[in-house]
Amino acid sequence: MDPDLILLLNGIVSGLLLGGLYAAAATGLAVSFGMLDIVNIAHPALMVMGAFTVVLIGTALGLDPLLVAVLQAPLFYLLGVLIYGVYHHFFEKRGEEALQGLAFFFGVMFIIEVGLVMAFGPEQRFLDPPYAFITWRLGEIDLPLRMLAPALLALAALGALHLYLKRSFTGLAVAAVAQDAEALRLMAVNPVRIKRLAFGLSVALASIAGGALVVVQPVDPSSGQIFIGRVFAICIMGGMASLPGCLTAALLFGVVENVTATFYGPSWSPAVAFGWLLLVLAFRPQGLFGRMA
Amino acid sequence: MSAAGERSVEAVGLDAPRAAVPKLLAPSPHHALFWLCAVLLGAALVVGLRLIGNEYGYFAGYFILQYIVLSSAWNILGGYAGYVNFGAAGFMAAGAYTAIALRKAFGLDLLPGIVAAGFVAGLLGLGTGYLTLRLRGVFFSIATLCLAVVLQTLIVNWDYVGGSRGAYIVRPREVPPFVSYGEYMFVVMLVLAILAVGISRTVELSRLGRGLQAIRDNERAAEAVGVPTLRLKLIATTLCGALMGVAGAPLPYYSGYLNPEAAFSLAYAVNAIAMPLIGGAGSWLGPVIGAVLLGGLQQAATVTISSALNLWIVGWMLVIFVALFPRGIIGWFRRRA
Repeated sequence: MDPDLILLLNGIVSGLLLGGLYAAAATGLAVSFGMLDIVNIAHPALMVMGAFTVVLIGTALGLDPLLVAVLQAPLFYLLGVLIYGVYHHFFEKRGEEALQGLAFFFGVMFIIEVGLVMAFGPEQRFLDPPYAFITWRLGEIDLPLRMLAPALLALAALGALHLYLKRSFTGLAVAAVAQDAEALRLMAVNPVRIKRLAFGLSVALASIAGGALVVVQPVDPSSGQIFIGRVFAICIMGGMASLPGCLTAALLFGVVENVTATFYGPSWSPAVAFGWLLLVLAFRPQGLFGRMA
Repeated sequence: MSAAGERSVEAVGLDAPRAAVPKLLAPSPHHALFWLCAVLLGAALVVGLRLIGNEYGYFAGYFILQYIVLSSAWNILGGYAGYVNFGAAGFMAAGAYTAIALRKAFGLDLLPGIVAAGFVAGLLGLGTGYLTLRLRGVFFSIATLCLAVVLQTLIVNWDYVGGSRGAYIVRPREVPPFVSYGEYMFVVMLVLAILAVGISRTVELSRLGRGLQAIRDNERAAEAVGVPTLRLKLIATTLCGALMGVAGAPLPYYSGYLNPEAAFSLAYAVNAIAMPLIGGAGSWLGPVIGAVLLGGLQQAATVTISSALNLWIVGWMLVIFVALFPRGIIGWFRRRA
């Protein structure tokens, strides 16, 4: 086969795998930003914090990073509940989400990032599971397990979340709170309780995404910054509150970014994220598949 | 709060009610008095520091004044119009690197560099605003958040201005008539700070400022009574970006060396937001109070604690203040009065 074509095919396949990681990172945001209308810009920072705790626990106990990520998710759920409690009490209830609420999450992001620098130092951390060095080959196409395993975990988490939102009573209530919190109140369901639960879930997803991240690449305290553009672009492009839309957008995004990196060099990939975000905001703010909000 | 909002809506939209209650609507701005006081205060600072005769005084003064420019710039868009700009570091670095590039290309000195920096950063603000300001405010905020990351990528890849290695600017030993280079930089930043505060005050008391306040309080209502919301927001974004760029232009001259990591330091982004919000966003005096207080605290604290811990404290102060004192120090005093 033509070497350029092989390069392109490999770029697409590993882009899809990378897209799995992005899906994990963006799903939590689709819940908090898309469904609950909480602009959690600290989400990528929470993900990086998850990655650091995975490294810490995984190294201490000798456990697999993806397993640790899932095991620590309940703790992150509680953290999310706590953050939402503060946010609701001081900002949402007073109707001051716009300026003060944004500043609050920016402060949280900053505290996490600088806190990680103080606790762990600015250098990169990694935790390689044994399968990280294995690569399956399908003909000319490489399937590195370092990318495949996190992508599969991300898909599993996304699928579980999707089922939960579509099938369970509380899951449906989360979708309902996204549409009309007042109506939910009239049905004798407390929208604040539902939002607290959903925000906790979104932070738990950040923990899982953090575990996936640390398998794919080494992390440092400021790794979250570059993810801000990516996850918000994906979330908006996917139509904000739609999980299938989010997954599709994430896979597409992974492919475009990876193919750009393959042919033009990896230093340009942040520019892809930002350019894409701007284009989406300028031309299709309702997302690729979505209706106008 | 809402009463003030309605008043400002009327002031911009219709001229008739303005005649009915002239005293309430347009308090005399005392522009001449303000400029006189500002210039006198500035002169007093220069004389005072010269009498003390310590280089560290200029250093600390520059540090605080730079944050006065930065937070006044943030306040024009964030405080008056309620649109949060997270990209202060990006705009500032755009200004700093404009100054570096112009010096390398044409040998231009600091003062033309400042003008050009304001121009470039203003255009950057206009462009970002044009693409995102027609949507909800959060999208603009997210875009500015990413802008800094991408500009950093561009600068790191741009070898002409030093890339990731950074760029050097040879500092002259002395600049007459100033006693030292430190004093020269201090005076430059002092003039910029007076201009920035003056511009921010003029905007606040003008029709533009009242229009921006109307946007902050209720954008739809403002639009309905005829405030040209998009145009006002674009003017504010351009002004905000330009002033941030201006604040950044002297940075390489001040330190003699600049690398992307220092220029895009998160400290600028967080301080530009924390200072106005802690001082009291929405009033021209708020950012000044916040910058003097927080800047002074950080200057004093760098001597005793690490810079990371220092920034950590700023982050906590931001969170605690927006939660407990959403109107800042000024608002707290006004409520008690």
